[in-house]
Order: sequence, then C-alpha cells, then structure tokens
Amino acid sequence: MKRMGIATTVGRGLFASMLAGFLGAGIATAQEPVRVGAFLSVTGPAAFLGDPEQKTLELYVEKLNAAGGVLGRKLQLVAYDSAGDAEKARTFARRLIEQDKVDVIVGGSTTGETMAVVPLVEQAGVPFISLAGAVVIIEPVKKWVFKTPHTDRMACEKIFLDMRSRGVGKIALISGAGGFDKSMRAECLKVAAQNKIDIVADETYGAGDADMTAQLTKIRTTPGVQAVLNAGFGQGPAIVTKNFRQIGMTVPLYQSHGVASKEYVKLSGEAAEGVRLPAAALLVAESLADSDPQKKVVVGYKREYEGRFKSEVSTFGGHAYDGLMLAVEAMKRAGSTDKAKVRDALEATHSYMGTAGAVNMSSQDHMGLDLTAFRMLEVRNGDWTLVK
Amino acid sequence: MSAQLAQYLLSGVTIGAIYALVALGFSIIFNASHVINFAQGEFVMIGGMTTVSLTGTGLPVPAAMAAAVLVAALVGLALEKFAVEPARGAPVVTLIIITIGASILLRGLATLVWDKKLHTIAPFSGSTPIEIAGAALLPQSLWVLGVTLAIVLALSWFFGRTLLGKAMLATSNQRVAAQLVGINVRRVLLISFGLSGALGAVAGILITPITLTAWDVGIMLGLKGFAAAVLGGLGSGPGAVLGGLVLGIAETLSAGYLSSAYKDVIAFVLMLAVLFFRPTGILGSRAAERV
Amino acid sequence: MMSRLASPRCGGLLALVAVIAALPLVLSNNYFYEVAILVGLNAIVCVGLNLLIGYAGQISLGHAGFFGLGAYGSAILSARFDWPPLAALAVATIAVALLAYVIGRPILRLRGHYLAMATLGMGVIVSIVAATEDRWTGGPDGMPVPPFKLFGGTLSGEGAWYCVVGSLLVVAVWLTLNLIESPTGRALRALSGSEVAAEVSGIDSARHKVLVFVISAVFASVAGSLFAHYSGFITPSKLTFLHSIELVTMVVFGGMASTYGAVVGAAVLTTLPQLLTVFKDYEMVALGAIMMGTMIFMPKGLVPSIGGLVGTAAGAARARKAVR
Repeated sequence: MKRMGIATTVGRGLFASMLAGFLGAGIATAQEPVRVGAFLSVTGPAAFLGDPEQKTLELYVEKLNAAGGVLGRKLQLVAYDSAGDAEKARTFARRLIEQDKVDVIVGGSTTGETMAVVPLVEQAGVPFISLAGAVVIIEPVKKWVFKTPHTDRMACEKIFLDMRSRGVGKIALISGAGGFDKSMRAECLKVAAQNKIDIVADETYGAGDADMTAQLTKIRTTPGVQAVLNAGFGQGPAIVTKNFRQIGMTVPLYQSHGVASKEYVKLSGEAAEGVRLPAAALLVAESLADSDPQKKVVVGYKREYEGRFKSEVSTFGGHAYDGLMLAVEAMKRAGSTDKAKVRDALEATHSYMGTAGAVNMSSQDHMGLDLTAFRMLEVRNGDWTLVK
Repeated sequence: MSAQLAQYLLSGVTIGAIYALVALGFSIIFNASHVINFAQGEFVMIGGMTTVSLTGTGLPVPAAMAAAVLVAALVGLALEKFAVEPARGAPVVTLIIITIGASILLRGLATLVWDKKLHTIAPFSGSTPIEIAGAALLPQSLWVLGVTLAIVLALSWFFGRTLLGKAMLATSNQRVAAQLVGINVRRVLLISFGLSGALGAVAGILITPITLTAWDVGIMLGLKGFAAAVLGGLGSGPGAVLGGLVLGIAETLSAGYLSSAYKDVIAFVLMLAVLFFRPTGILGSRAAERV
Repeated sequence: MMSRLASPRCGGLLALVAVIAALPLVLSNNYFYEVAILVGLNAIVCVGLNLLIGYAGQISLGHAGFFGLGAYGSAILSARFDWPPLAALAVATIAVALLAYVIGRPILRLRGHYLAMATLGMGVIVSIVAATEDRWTGGPDGMPVPPFKLFGGTLSGEGAWYCVVGSLLVVAVWLTLNLIESPTGRALRALSGSEVAAEVSGIDSARHKVLVFVISAVFASVAGSLFAHYSGFITPSKLTFLHSIELVTMVVFGGMASTYGAVVGAAVLTTLPQLLTVFKDYEMVALGAIMMGTMIFMPKGLVPSIGGLVGTAAGAARARKAVR
C-alpha cells in the first residue's frame, strides 16, 4: 500500500479548496436597472465574430452609462460565451430570460445559435436582435426576432450585379463546410438564374482544410468559367486566395462579406490584389465622401473601437454596435423597457443610420437594410478601396 | 489530366510532410511512455503563434523561430513533469483525459496570451510558384519537405547511433530491463516530451506561411497527425513518416477525384481500416500478446 | 432491514428518487429546470457509458456519435417524414442498437489505445457526415425538431419534461444495477479484471463486450432523441469529439465502476460551465485545469474517493474505540 505523502495530501486539499472556490464564486449575482442580455461566440470556431462583438457591446454600454444611461437608468450588460454551440446558446438564452431577467437580447453570432434560440424568445416574448447572417432568421418574419447584418442573399445579389457589370455570365462557386458557407452557397444558387448568372462549377472544402489547390484545379479545367465566387468565412478564403494565385488563375475572384476585414488582406498577402467583395462602409470609413450620410457613424465607431482596443475594426463588431443602438433607440422612443412596447418601437425604426447602412424596418421586414447598404470594395495595394 | 494529377500529388506530399512531423511527435512520446499525447497538435500551434508574436516585438525571424521551438520544448517538459509523471501507472482512460485536459488548457492559455485571430508568417523564400510537370509548387513546400527529410535523417541517426537515443529505444522496448541496466527512465520520458514539443513547433513554423495559424489549429492537425501515426504504426518512426505521406496524398486525391466535401473523413476511414485489418499499422510489427 | 437499505440497489435507488422528487423545491425558475433536465439526460448517457468504461473496462471516445444518431434519427423521422415522435424514437433506438452490434464486434477486438482511437474515429466520421449531408440534417446550422406528441397530448413545459427525464433516469439506474448484480455483470467484472483469465474460465468475452456496447449505445440514443425533442433544435455540435470527451470525463470524474458516481459526475460537469461563466475568458483554462487536476489528484473519481475518505474516518473511529 502506498503511503500518502504530505505533498499528495496538500495537493488534494488545495485542489478541493480550488474546486470549492470555483463553485462558490459562480453563485454571486447582482441587481441593476436596464439589462441587455447577450450570448456571443467569444471562444470556439466563431471567435472571429464573437470577440469584436463582445468588445463593442462592453465599450458602448460603458459610454452610454457615462453619458447618463437610458431613460435615466444605468445599462447593465449580461454577456455569456456560447462558443458557437447552439445548445449552449439556448441554455444561456434561457438563463438570460428566466434568471437574469433581461429586457432585450442582442446576440447570436452564428445562424445555428440564433435559430436554436428563436422558439425561446417567441414563447417568452423578449425582443431579440440577432447578429447572424442567414436570411432564414427573418424570413419568414418572426414577431420578436430582428437582425442587423445584411443577409447572405443580399451579398449574392450585390456580387452578381457587379459581375454582370463586368460582362461576366458563367462563374464557378467554391465554399466551405461551415454554416455561413453553406447558407450563402444555397442562396447564391437560388438567385443566380434571376440575376442572369450561370454557375457551371460548384466545389467545396472542409473546415480547417490547409490546401484547396485540388478544388481550384478542377475549376480551372472547367470550360467557360469567367469568374470565381468564394462563399466562405474564416481561414478558408485566405487559403483559397493564395492557392488561386499559386496555380496561376487570372479570372476575377470575389469573396463574401464574411471576410470583410483587414486581416483577410494581411493573411492573403499579395494574392489579394484585385479581389472584390461586398461590405459595409465601415471598412472604407475615411475614404467616404464627406457628404455620405453614413460617414459620421462609421468614422465615429471606427475611431472609438480602434482607440480602445488597438486592433482593426471589424464589420461584426459594427453589427453589435447597430444592435445595441437600435435597442436603445427603441427604448427611448417607447419611453419604457416594457418588452412589447420596445418590440413595437423596433419594428417602427425609420431612417436609422447604422454602420451597416440606413435601417428602415416594418412588420414584414425585421432587418431594414437594402442593397445600397452594401458597398462593393476591391483590394488595391493591400488596402480596401471603393469600387465606383 | 496529368497536370491535375501532378498538382494533387504535390499538394498531398506537402501536407503529408506536416502530418508526418506531427505523427513523429506522437510516436516518440508513445514509445517512451505508452501515452497518447492529445496535446501534440497544441505544440504545432505554439510553434506558429510564438513565432508570430515574437516577430511582432521586433525580434529577427530566425531568432523568433528558435525561441518558439524552445518554448514548445519547455511546454512539453512541463506537461510531462506536472501532468503525466504524477499519474504514472494510471489506467489508459485516465491518461487520455489528462492529455486532453492539457490540450484544452493550452488552447485556453493561447487565447489569453495571444488572441483569437488568424496570423501568418512570411514565406521563407518568397511566394512565386515553381512549375513542375504543369503543377505549381510553392517554394515553402520545398522547405517543408526538405526540413522534414533532414529531421527524419537526424532522428534516425540519433536513435541509431547515440547513447541517449539508444537508451530511449531501450526504454520503449522494455522499461524494467532498461532500468536494470541503469537507464534513467524518468529522464528519458522528460526528453521524449521535450523532443516531441520541439518537433511539433518546427512543423507549425514550417506550415504557417501556407496554412495560417490561430489558437485552434492544433485540434484538427493533432487528430490527423495521429491518424497518420496509427496508419504507419504507432511507435514506428518510419511508419509515422509513411503514414503522414500516405494520408496527405490520399486526402488530396480523394478531394480531387471523389468528393471534396468528405475530405476530412478520409483520414479517419483509413485509420479505421488499418485498425480493423492490421492494427499495428503498415510498418508496425505484429505484436504477440503475453498471457 | 438496515443492511438492505444500505445496499446500492434499494437504499441508493430510494435516495435517488428522493433527491429527484425533492429537487423542484429549490428549482425556482425554468432556467434551473432546464439545467436539471440536461443533467438528467447526460446522467442517462453516463450511466450506460459507465457500464462500458467502468465495469467492462473498455473505452469509448465516440459516444457522442450514438447520442447524435438518436437525436438526428428522431429529428429527421419526425420533422421530414412526419412520423409520430414515439415511433421515431423507437425506430431510431433500434437502428442505433443494430449499428452498435454490427460495429461492436470488430471494434471491440481492439484494446487500450487502439480501441480509444477506433471509437474516436467512428465518432468523428458520424459528426462530419451529420454536418455535410445538409439535405437531411440541415448541415452545420442544424434543424428544428417538432415537439414530442404523445397519445394526443404534447409533452411541453419544463415540469413535465423534468418528470419524464427523472423517471427515465431512475429506470436506467435500476436496470444498470440489476445488470451488474446478474451473471452478465459478474462476467463483465471478471473481464475488466483480466480478460485472459475470464476467457480461460469460460466467459465469452466478445459476446459480453458487444452486449455492454449495445446497451450503452441504446442509453445514449434514447437520451439523444429526448434531447432533440426537448430542445426543439439539433445541431452537429452535440456529436463532436469534444462532447464525447465531456461524457467520458463525467464518468471518470464521478467514479468508474460506480453507477451513482456516473450520475454525480454528470451533475457536476453539466452545471460546471454554468458556474464558470463568472470566469469569462478563463473558462477554457479552468475546464482544462479541472480535468487534469481531477485525474491527477482524484484518479478514482469523486464518489469512490469521498467514500474512501468516509470509510477511512469510520475505520479510524472504530479502531480508536477498539483500543480503549
């Protein structure tokens, strides 16, 4: 029989008290006025989305409180990390509604997490502003669910319009395995014909794939391809872009709004020259014309975010900004935090200028953006420029 | 058609070399301690991310790379000392959970020490592709293949010709007998973890210019690396290399000619096939079970 | 009479029923009920998995695959083909049992690390297929699942689900305890002690291993189907390698070869992420540290370790009394 050394006993004791400490610390709660709940993918495969979203919400709740709060009350942010997992998102949403008793929810970085939560908010009657992209979130319209980012269908349409203006008719599609990729691919396939675009090749790659030359080679050998659209998100598009140049393809390459960030340009290096994608004006904030109605909002957000966090602004953070501000505006217009009144006020949002564009909601449209909200950008000399 | 095939083969060999390096790391640790180190992929991540952040602070790139390899080796040593050694003799399930817990811990630390974004390192000798048989090969791929070959040769010299290397082999064959002839088994274990850490880091540094790096690149690479190790024969160095190359080529060929959607599944299907029909792998020796 | 109450079968089961019945007194809102229901579902899976890992001495790093197959089976049959949920559940369970039987034989010929890797491979393949075949499964974004309609009524509301899951847990524990005390159970324990010795004394190890594999797969599948209906939505994230690891950790943390340990393990590790939210950015670090710490300092698991401590204290007290 082994004798228990002192070290092992101490180790066990320390460990037990650490466990007790963890459990004890988790039970504390606090009481505060206007509560904004959030569940975001701060860690996990969609951390790219959730991290700037959480930072933005924290920053602006702080700023709003410094300016006196909302309706004379302080704002409190209750944010949980759902790590891209729909079931976790659901449990946290339940927690926000039942335990933390929030007045409004701004969150749901990915479509899967958003859709899992929809039945909960519909049943509990809590206004929910989603930060995810797929069109299925607001189509069909759900009473309590709104969203701030452009839909993937709009991105397809914007890209197809630009392609037609360059005389492109036949294209190849390449997309990844993630929810964003699949959803956008499905939408592009759906609206291609009515936009007079013919998709002659349709390749896919897996999550975390390191090399897409096989798929791109197949595309290169498909006859008639005049442009390539990469409906992707995350790491894949940067690798696709590099592989694209590596095997010497010269037709125009379009990316999705999912990689609208300086990071994508840095990661793809020189290969990104000439790549086009639809994005919110946030990325070219400074180069907008002074008369552009969006300029003030996007420049303001960009300066605040970059000043505080010392890292490039991202359109996803912008969506969170829009979500929070829309909720706050609605509360101000409704004059209360009563959930039904705030919901009605949200639906009546008119000419609200956000980082994504001008928002005009209605009972049939719980997103409120149109195609003009998207700008077509091109990479030139390692930076984003507006395509006139 | 043959230009396409050449492209698939070249890409397959490049990614296969990376799987080979990761698989080598697994094999070395498994040989010494019979532990499957689920945190192997994290060594790859540490190599890439450390290099990126050190270069960002102004350190010249070669120095940053050397430092990154050292950091990964130290992490490997720490893993052995604080996680594996206290649990020596525990059942397989326990050891598996410990190393998986370690990989989760390392990923969590990575998000705190660095961030959650993607990063890259400049390719070692530019990014103008080289034309071979109609296919385009990146110069970085040549680096990957070259360095992997050099490491394999160095390791075979180490294990075959040096006293320490032979001591490590002896420990993996028969631990008690090795102890009886005076080999410090604890030191051998420590060194094997440190060596695997260094190997993983080298792999990470080599492929970051091609595939980018982030806090979570270790997950899939780790799983595939160890599918490659099983394929070639757990515990066999040449097996690890062969397994890695076979896996890489099988992946790109199936993505090219069959379905690109199921590319990831190939690794695991192959691994299962090997486990069902020849569990000791392509190059592993048929082990006789002692009753 | 007192010794009967102290036995795991009677006394333990009564205690479990008492806890389940009394818990609603402290569950003050639907969120707490939801956590309790999730604990219950995980506990059902863990009790079955514990039979495989703790009693039969095998490993499975792919059990989330069975959970997911049950969930998606129920979801697809009831959502896309409009089957009644009970029939969908039955068919999904039978299908999973058959699958487990078919792959059980070749897989369980492997031992130790090789078995771990084979089960891991199977689990990953199932999760990739679920994420890729989006026509059936809705892909990575998942698919909605209709509510559980039963004999004309709908099972809805946390209270009703709590009763269902609670009762099923009691049934699962009762079945498991009976199995352990039966000749099959004794054969299993002989197997995990030494497979060679067991075979020498006439036990058909392959048959018993496959039987336990199938039983644990069935438990996981039923829990999965119920989860799908309760949640109203299912995504492939419940089938991942990480979830399989969570399940194994619950079993080992609670105590291998201890059915109640499996329940306790499920309870602690399901509620832990809810408590760890205080730590925000440090959650992953905390989880990894807990996994490592438990295995290093409490390798036998929570329930046996505590039982051991209590036993040592009682023994010491008795010894002191005897000396006087």
